[in-house]
Amino acid sequence: MAAEKSPVLFERTSALTDKVTNYCPGCLHGITQRLVAESLDRLGLADTAVGVSPVGCAVIAYEFYSCDMVQAAHGRAPAVATGLKRARPENTIFTYQGDGDLASIGMAETIHAATRGENITVIFINNAIYGMTGGQMAPTTLPGQITQTSPYGRDVKAAGNPIRVCELLSSLDGVALAQRVTVDTPSNVRKAAKAIRKGFEYQREGLGFSIIEVLSSCPTNWGMTPYKALEWLRENMIPYYPPGVYKDVKAGE
Amino acid sequence: MSEKILMKGNEALAEAAIRAGCRHFFGYPITPQSELAAYMAKRLPKMGGTYLQAESEVAAINMVYGASAAGVRVMTSSSSPGVSLKGEGISYMIGADLPGLIVNINRGGPGLGSIQPSQADYWMATRATGHGDGHVFVLAPSTVQEMADLARMAFDLGDRYRMPAMILADGLLGQMMEPVEMPDPINPADLPPKPWATTGTKGEREHNIVNSLSLVSQVLEDMVLERNERYQRIKEVEQIAQLEHTEDAELVVVAYGAASRIARSAVNAAREEGLKVGMIRPITLWPFPTKAIEDVCATAQAFLSVELSTGQMVDDVKLAVSGRRPVSFFGHSGGIVPTPAEVLVAIKKALAGEVFHILPFHSKLEAGD
Ligand SMILES: Cc1ncc(C[n+]2csc(CCOP(=O)(O)OP(=O)(O)O)c2C)c(N)n1
Ligand code: SF4
Repeated sequence: MAAEKSPVLFERTSALTDKVTNYCPGCLHGITQRLVAESLDRLGLADTAVGVSPVGCAVIAYEFYSCDMVQAAHGRAPAVATGLKRARPENTIFTYQGDGDLASIGMAETIHAATRGENITVIFINNAIYGMTGGQMAPTTLPGQITQTSPYGRDVKAAGNPIRVCELLSSLDGVALAQRVTVDTPSNVRKAAKAIRKGFEYQREGLGFSIIEVLSSCPTNWGMTPYKALEWLRENMIPYYPPGVYKDVKAGE
Repeated sequence: MSEKILMKGNEALAEAAIRAGCRHFFGYPITPQSELAAYMAKRLPKMGGTYLQAESEVAAINMVYGASAAGVRVMTSSSSPGVSLKGEGISYMIGADLPGLIVNINRGGPGLGSIQPSQADYWMATRATGHGDGHVFVLAPSTVQEMADLARMAFDLGDRYRMPAMILADGLLGQMMEPVEMPDPINPADLPPKPWATTGTKGEREHNIVNSLSLVSQVLEDMVLERNERYQRIKEVEQIAQLEHTEDAELVVVAYGAASRIARSAVNAAREEGLKVGMIRPITLWPFPTKAIEDVCATAQAFLSVELSTGQMVDDVKLAVSGRRPVSFFGHSGGIVPTPAEVLVAIKKALAGEVFHILPFHSKLEAGD
């Protein structure tokens, strides 16, 4: 039998450089980062894309994406993205932010970019902790969750309650898409990929602000093996932060 | 060049920025810069530009950061408390080598202070607009014409050296009306290209990165040192000061912005009395015009810094004089503008050989005069 060239089933996306990432083994940051790159690639948007990296574990994402990249101050990515988009509306602008970045120090920038209907796509990594600084309490840390700065478990009486970002933003008229996904299983990864693509499509159509919240893990600072971390995510995070579509301007179309 | 028109300082600055090719403005309301933002809100949307009222000064300066990264001429304007908030973004702009114009219509401080004219942000502007080793250009207009001319210059210098530029003015200059000749407009499309900007690769080049982070100390030091070399070059070639009656002056008054207008009246009055007094008016506060001061050290016997602060620029005068001559200070703070008569008293004291640092208390003034 003549040797036939087997069809290519899987390729490295050209929207990523071949730089080795700095994420810890088993961390879900890497999967989401890749999904974002694949979406840009599939939609043919990589050449016009400009990404904004946050302050957090994804800070050097500018080395991983092969599109133009801007590094933003802690929490300011939506403001930086606003400047990029207003200056060149023809470009595809996205931010990639952790929960401390987006929902604590950058909450004002997040809410106002959303309510303005800023035509950008926000990828929000919710891992219920501050990863980069070594595991402090985040605005999304669950009640009772132990972190470096909530050593007895998050006491909501003293530390306040967690923020459900998609639910919060879904009330704003400027939001075109607010969807929460997770990437803990292959089928959930496929759903997440679809949501991220949808976010970019909405931007291409000029529909306004899109946010895809990705429930993620931090095995290092949760103090768990990667496998255990996935279990913890399913048992604790998913019930508190149910995946789903919280706002979709095209729903029912 | 066009004919002269009567304009407010804030509006002249805004119009000149538009004529410099700036089509993007991000700000947050604060007195006494309101006319500037209002002018932009009226004009920019009609010419395909952006006027955006941000949620805060923090957001506004970070929008400036983003738009500058995209390669366009962009600006923000504010007043003292708002400029404090911009410190973070300005530091990031310095660290990422991004140009952009920041206007500070300086008001009384600290804290909420007052809305009256002040020069108490001199230190903030020239020493520490934010954290880290770094500088921004600081330009100090003293007329409505200069509000316009220095806006153009701020954009040109910023682009040439890839640095933010600040115009440090005050409510007096912002509100006053004077005839002004507007510079010819530049079409943004005719501005020199910025090959470093994040405009999208279009599949034609490697990706551009706008960034201030460097986790390798040696790389960061190299970046800081490269920037520092640029600063040294700038100090060599970009100092600007106006000299008046300095050739034979025994006493040289140093004053900028609104204070220089009052100081000029006092200097002229002194001249009428036959006193040998001159004035150096720094136009660039960073780089500080040290050369002009060094040059007159040969003939001047003493210096007098006149400011709307408790004495800030006087530090730079002393550094430039470097102990060769005595340097005195006279000023008001809190939004009080000195009268030429008060300055004339200080001039005579300094001519008589006194060395002083005077801040008249209101109560004392009432008792004395
Ligand atoms: C103004 C400012 N404050 C604090 C920090 C320190 N800092 C760096 S990363 C970080 C938290 C990041 O956590 P998160 O946004 O949840 O992202 P993750 O690292 O978990 O991906 C903080 C507080 C900073 N760099 N800048
Ligand atoms: S610290 Fe946590 S979030 Fe950061 S890379 Fe490691 S596992 Fe991921």
